[in-house]
This record gives sequence, C-alpha cells and structure tokens, in this order.
Amino acid sequence: MTSKVLNRSQMPVSTPATGSAAAKAEKQHSVRRLPLLTCVVIGLAVLALLMVVSASVGPLRIPLGDVTRIVWAQLGLGDGSGLSQRDVSVVWQLRIPRVLMGVLVGAALAISGAALQSLFNNPLADPGIIGVSGGASAGAVGVIVLAGGSITWLLPLGAFLAGLAVTGLIYVLARPGRNTGTSRMLLVGIAVGSGCQALTGFFTFIADDQQLQTLTFWQMGSLAKVIWPQFWATLPVFVAGLVIILLNARTLDVLTLGEREAQHLGLNVKRSRLTIIIATALLTGAAVAFAGAIGFVGLVVPHIVRIVVGPGHRGLLPISAIAGAILIVAADCASRVVAPPSEVPIGLFTAAVGAPFFLFLVVRMRKSSW
Amino acid sequence: MVRPDPETRPTPAEARPTPAEARPTPAEVVVRARDVTFAVDGRELVSGVSFDLRAGEVVALVGPNGAGKSTMLSLLSGDVSPTRGSVEISGAEVGEWKPGPLARMRSVMLQHNSSNFAFSVEEAVHMGRLPWDVDAEHDAALVAEAITDADLRGFETRDITTLSGGEAARVSFARTKVQTTPIVFLDEPTAALDLRHQESLLTSVRQLRGDGAAIVVVLHDLNLALRYSDRVLVFGDGRLVADGGPAEALTESLVEEVYGQPVRRVRPEGIDHPILIPV
Repeated sequence: MTSKVLNRSQMPVSTPATGSAAAKAEKQHSVRRLPLLTCVVIGLAVLALLMVVSASVGPLRIPLGDVTRIVWAQLGLGDGSGLSQRDVSVVWQLRIPRVLMGVLVGAALAISGAALQSLFNNPLADPGIIGVSGGASAGAVGVIVLAGGSITWLLPLGAFLAGLAVTGLIYVLARPGRNTGTSRMLLVGIAVGSGCQALTGFFTFIADDQQLQTLTFWQMGSLAKVIWPQFWATLPVFVAGLVIILLNARTLDVLTLGEREAQHLGLNVKRSRLTIIIATALLTGAAVAFAGAIGFVGLVVPHIVRIVVGPGHRGLLPISAIAGAILIVAADCASRVVAPPSEVPIGLFTAAVGAPFFLFLVVRMRKSSW
Repeated sequence: MVRPDPETRPTPAEARPTPAEARPTPAEVVVRARDVTFAVDGRELVSGVSFDLRAGEVVALVGPNGAGKSTMLSLLSGDVSPTRGSVEISGAEVGEWKPGPLARMRSVMLQHNSSNFAFSVEEAVHMGRLPWDVDAEHDAALVAEAITDADLRGFETRDITTLSGGEAARVSFARTKVQTTPIVFLDEPTAALDLRHQESLLTSVRQLRGDGAAIVVVLHDLNLALRYSDRVLVFGDGRLVADGGPAEALTESLVEEVYGQPVRRVRPEGIDHPILIPV
C-alpha cells in the first residue's frame, strides 16, 4: 500500500490565521473588551442618574429637580428656599440613606462574588459559600424570635456577628493541612450552611405570627428600614473591605491559575486566602445585616462584567462594584413603584432578574469560558 | 500585598540567616537533595534520594509511571516537605524560604494547566512577572520574547480557555520563562506537544542552560532525555536507581530492569547520540 503524499502547498500549516476559516476561528476565540475608562464613566453616570430617580419615586413623588436641590441644600452647596419641609425630610431622612446603603450593599455583594469566584477558582462561587449569609440569616432570625429584636440595631448586629462567627467556624474546620486547597472549604461551607438552615428553620417554626412577618421580610431583603446612623456605622466596614479587595487585584489574577501555581509565583497563598475571606466576610456580613439576604448579585454581576471588561481584576473588581450598586439601587427603586404603597422585597427582583439571565448565560456559553 | 512585601525579602537586619538571592556562579551547586524521603500513610513515594543540581546543567528525571518523579519535583518546589532528609536551594532549606524570594529563585511548570477564566494568552504569560517589581517596558519585552519563543505569535489575544492542551502547555512554559529564575523545574513539559514543539521547547531549555540556569525536567520520552539532558536521574519505585550522563545511565539492561520493557540501543549514522527502541 502506498500512502498518498500531499503536495506541499496543500499541507496544513500550523501558523494561525491562514485562510478565512482559521482567521474566523481566531477572531471568535479572541478576547474582546471595552476600555476600562469608558466602563467606569458610563457606569458612574448610570448609577448617579438612578440614585436621583430612586430618591424621587415612591408613594410620594418628588420631582427630580427638587431632589437635586434638596441634596445640594443639605450639603450646604445650594439654596433650599421654597422646598416643602415634608419633601425635604422624605428625601433626606428616608430615601437618601437607603439609596446610599443600596450603593454600598450592591458594591459589597458584587465585589465579594468576584473575589470569591477567583479565590475558589470556581465561577459558581458566591458570598453564600463562605457561610456568611447562612450564618447571618440564622443570627437575624434568632434575634427576632428569641430577643424580639428591634430591626434598627439588634437585628443587624446579631446578623453581622453570627455571619462572621460562621465564617470563622468554616475557616477553622476547613483549615488546610499542609497541602489541601479550597475545595475542602467549599464542602465544609455546604455542610455548615445546611446546619445554619436547620437552625433558621427551627426558629421560623417556633416564631409567632408577627415575628414570622418580620423575619420573612428580612429574609427576602429590603432597604426600607435604613436610617442615617446605620449608614455611618457601616460605612467604615464597607470602605475597609472594598479597599482591601481592590488592593488584592493582582493577587486574585494569579489565584485563578490555581493555588499551587500561585505559590510558585511567590504568593503567600495562605495569607492571601485569609485576607480575602476576611474582607469578603466583612462586606457580605455588613450587607446582609442591614439589607437582608439578597441573592444572585454576587453570582451574576461578576459574570456579566467579565464578558465586558475581561477577567483581569484591575477592571473586574471596580466595574463589578459599580454594576452591583446599579442593580441594587434599581431593584430598590422598583420595590417602591411596583405596588405602592406597599414595598416588594428587593431579593425578589434580584432573583427574578438574576436567575433567568444567569440561565441564559449558561445556555449561551456551551464551553465554560467565563 | 500584591507583590511580595519588602519586609518578606531578606535583609541583613533579620536575626535568622536568610537565603541569598544572588545569581549563582557557573557550576555552583544550587539544589542539594539529601536522603529525601516522602511517605504518605507509611508508604514511601520517594525514599532516600540524594543528588546535587548545578548551575548550567539540564537534569532529566525519568522513570515509569508512579516511580516518584512528580513527587520529587513537588519536594524540590517546596509544595510538600520531606518526611525525612532535606532539600536545600542556594544553601537554605526550601521550607525556610519565603514565597517571594523563592519565586525569584526557582520557577515551576506544572503538568496540568487550566483556567476557568478567559484571560488572554498575553495576560496569562505576563502573570509570570508577579515576583518582580513592575517595570512595564522590561516586562512587556520579556513577555513578547517568551511568546515568540513558544511559537504563540498571533495568539496574544486568544482566550486561554479555548486553547488546546499543547497550546496551554506552551503558554505555561512561556510564563515559567518570564519568571527569569536561575532554577527551573519542568514537570513533563512536552507531554502534550507535537514533534516540532517538543523540539523547540527543549531547545529553549538548552538556551536557558546556556544562560547559566539549572533545570530539572521530568520526561517520559527517553530519547528526548538522551538528546537534551546533561544528566539523567532514573527513578524506580521511589528510589534513585541511576544518576549519570544520559548515554551512560540509560543502558539497555537498566531500562529493561526499571521499566520491565526490553529495548535496543542503536546509534544511527549521522546522529550523535544513541536511540532506544522498544522491542
């Protein structure tokens, strides 16, 4: 049998981008990104606009122009004459704190999701995975049922501390020996999360009707009860967490290669892992404490942002924070206009928007190129 | 926090003597393994291995599957600590090194390289500069050179999650190269590569050696070891069964004994090293 030898010109050449088919494949598999600055500018503009809109809508409609005048006047930058006292107090005492808290909560959840997905090298990780949400829920429900806690301080404090305690517990239980990675932590997180759910279920079971209403409302997420002192009390926690994560952008890039590789590149993996987990636990704990369990933000937002600016954390982290803030402010705004005068929990919106969108992403990308 | 902190670098002020980061002189012993033993549940995966690695040599680690080659490489890299014995890099135990300085001393290319995130080839290679202070121009030049060298030109903007196994291995090798360390550990770098890229990768390895680096490379293809290495360490069942020049160490009888596979050693005309053929 003689084998047929191809003419040299017919031989496949392995250099890329020869022939239109190869060029097309090459183009399809190339990374496409929007410039970072463009995204930041557009994102901040959209966020600012939404914040003003959100402060204007609700059971009492206040014109956009008045909202900006009230804010300027309160900041001592403008003249507040001729504004009704009622409008001023609605905007400044009720709406602005919740809008600002919405910004912090959205930024915190989204940036935590982005950081945890890279830390666990798993695109499906979200802040729930380190146990903070489950712990916070159990803590909040426990406070409501056992202490009849006021939703202003006792409940958020209980939720925050319980969230951190559970994160600490998971970290200690999953503390890697010499050589185990984060997969152990995922498994411990799932197990401890189930335990927290059982505890939450137990408290729910023994709760009376009024307690049940409070805890259901909290569990679905809402910014309705946010007041200025809460905003100021949590601001340092949010700022510290956001700054720590932003400073770890390059660390997170390398962690996507896996922990072993990151160690070979000179990263102190144990210390980085601890730093990132503490920062995300603080952020998520503070967010969940005041806004309740708002799902899907930490999971979905980073995915969408990766498609736009790529997986590099120098862009991914800040843009995720802005996009998360946009999503929560928009959801909070919607929660007030859908069925006035009652408010629909924010968690319903984020899940209603997030779940189908996420499914769409998963179905569209057959190959797992996040 | 991002790069290794200044405080993690050795300073004269530190009480404990810290490893020197200076570039080794030619033929200096840079890695010293003594009686290295690694046991899991009482079973020794590597037992009593001793050898030196000198600057300017390519040492091939060969042996059948499960002989302990990759475990040995993990021990050298500092991923695991020996149960008994010691591994020294530039005169200090691997475990004594802080991650930052160690990453400026030795680089490691692993067998499996996959990412879940769509970094571009260029970004993935650039990550190899992490241990060093940022110098954008110098870094970009090194990355470009490594990309060209790994035959990845035209792939710079490719999404790394869409690469084939061989392409991913070349990205990983390029990343190892831009780490510019005097000691390089490679775990089966050629396993996924086609014939031409196997040759070009090992030619790059020879160039690193020419620049004074010390290289340990795990290889399955004994003919590649014969052709490209200065010394071969043959592993069998966790033990070092032969250590010497490739032509001296890889005899027909030793290969048959270690692999349980008879081979013939031939020397084709015009080829200046022997070739092993299974029979």
